[in-house]
Amino acid sequence: MQNNAAAGAGLPARLGRRLVLIVPYVWLILFFALPFLIVVKISLSVQRDGRPPYEPVFELGDGLVALWGGLQKFSTESYAAIFADRIYADAYLSSLWIAALATLCTLAIGYPLALAIARAPRRWRPLLIVLAVAPFWTSFLIRIYAWIVILKDEGLLNHALISAGLIAEPLHIYATQWAVLIGIVYSYLPFMILPLYNALEKQDEALVEAALDLGATPFAAFRQITWPLSVRGVIAGCLLVFIPAVGEYVIPDLLGSSDVLMIGRTLWDEFSTARNWPGAAAVATVLLVVLLAPITAYQRSQLQRKGAGR
Amino acid sequence: MKPGLSAGMLAVLLAGFAFLYVPIGLLVLYSFNSSRLVTVWGGFSTRWYVELFGNEQLLISTLTSLEIALVSASLSVLLGTCAAYSLARTGAFAGRTVFSALVYAPLVMPEVITGLALLLLFVALGIERGFWTVVLAHSTVGMCFATVVIYARLAEFDVALEEAAMDLGATPAEAFRLVTLPICAPAIAAAFLLAFTLSLDDFVLASFTSGPGSTTLPMRIYSQVRLGVSPQINAISTLMISAVAMLLLAAHLLTGRSAQK
Repeated sequence: MQNNAAAGAGLPARLGRRLVLIVPYVWLILFFALPFLIVVKISLSVQRDGRPPYEPVFELGDGLVALWGGLQKFSTESYAAIFADRIYADAYLSSLWIAALATLCTLAIGYPLALAIARAPRRWRPLLIVLAVAPFWTSFLIRIYAWIVILKDEGLLNHALISAGLIAEPLHIYATQWAVLIGIVYSYLPFMILPLYNALEKQDEALVEAALDLGATPFAAFRQITWPLSVRGVIAGCLLVFIPAVGEYVIPDLLGSSDVLMIGRTLWDEFSTARNWPGAAAVATVLLVVLLAPITAYQRSQLQRKGAGR
Repeated sequence: MKPGLSAGMLAVLLAGFAFLYVPIGLLVLYSFNSSRLVTVWGGFSTRWYVELFGNEQLLISTLTSLEIALVSASLSVLLGTCAAYSLARTGAFAGRTVFSALVYAPLVMPEVITGLALLLLFVALGIERGFWTVVLAHSTVGMCFATVVIYARLAEFDVALEEAAMDLGATPAEAFRLVTLPICAPAIAAAFLLAFTLSLDDFVLASFTSGPGSTTLPMRIYSQVRLGVSPQINAISTLMISAVAMLLLAAHLLTGRSAQK
């Protein structure tokens, strides 16, 4: 009886199940995977005046001869330019450096905060974690703008410090890489706190209490119990901050001066100011190759978490 | 004896929340400053708000942004629910690894790369850029966030509930509609809010994929911010922050009520 019912519903149900998978799958291939292939193709093209500003351009109706002619126009000159000009290497390195430093600072601020929330009385925790993540829900641009108001030479911080008699000359933080660093730490902090809190909240507090009862110092208890049990959250949080920060465009553009080199900005300038689409595509491809390892590590960590949860 | 919260922990909480909220608080405070100068308090005034409502371009962009956010959040939730359901319930299938890679990569991918890639796709396909290309871009990233949120909920509830429904004669579609969907409703609502906010807030993807006539609010704010500090931006900020605060409060009250049931 039940088997019959299942068999009766079998075909449309299986079809439905297929469709439920196929629609998002095809969507992601079409609008996320395929565009990357086009990026690679255009990175091998040559800049020209016209629309679109690159060649070769292939049309569906092209004959084999035209196709062959087009293929021969491919060139690696955009990549050669990236490797020849120091400014690109400097931009990649300084992006990686600023992102790494920002990730460490975010961890240094986020970990104690996440720990304090996870150890707060149970009924406070939901409210506290909502409050810690809430700034993420307000506009990102506005949060960066707030720091312009604060950090400018004639801004609120300098005004306050000078009025208090602590400094005589304004501090130059705005339009330096320190301002970029503060901006990244401030806007990415919620991404760090959330996975850390998830890892720390699950821990059994009795473990630490037992260690303390047995004579461990609070530091030893932290180093041998709390920290190792939270490493997974630390890794997820760090990758969630580091990877997007490397390609950040808005923060260096608004808080940094033109000599704060970051690759997201180089890409943008290449694309919009120089109208060098193949150049921008090559910068993006190299950046993607650089970020491939951390992105894979992030996916691994997410899938592992899912596996452990079952 | 178990202490409620040690003094050290309390200090950490206070310092952390001060860091998070003082910048936002200052913006709100100075939006009511009658002086144009940031550091001079010229008395309480609402003139920047009045000016704001006279700025027609800004109002049009706000409307555009809200429309884009509404459409793309709906699409994100629809696609995200499908993707999450497949990941949670379809066991092993060919290309599962590729599929989950495709879901997780956009979460961390720098926006300049995603934006450039989508723009080049639209140009290669000869698609005119405008309202719908922005919606497409936002839905693609939004659906991945939605998938993760909804998947977390699906993974933690018992499959036996669905199986029981089917044993009692429900078709898989009925089991989904009558059992799975109600249980996932809070996660789906959260995913919608997340995708909506992400879309409303996005500057980079929108500037790559929008065309004339579909300038979004963040694009307007960005060009104003680049011109320099202006109290009008403080006023927009305050309005946006209040809107978000009210939404969060509403969400909190709603989930609180349903939890009490």
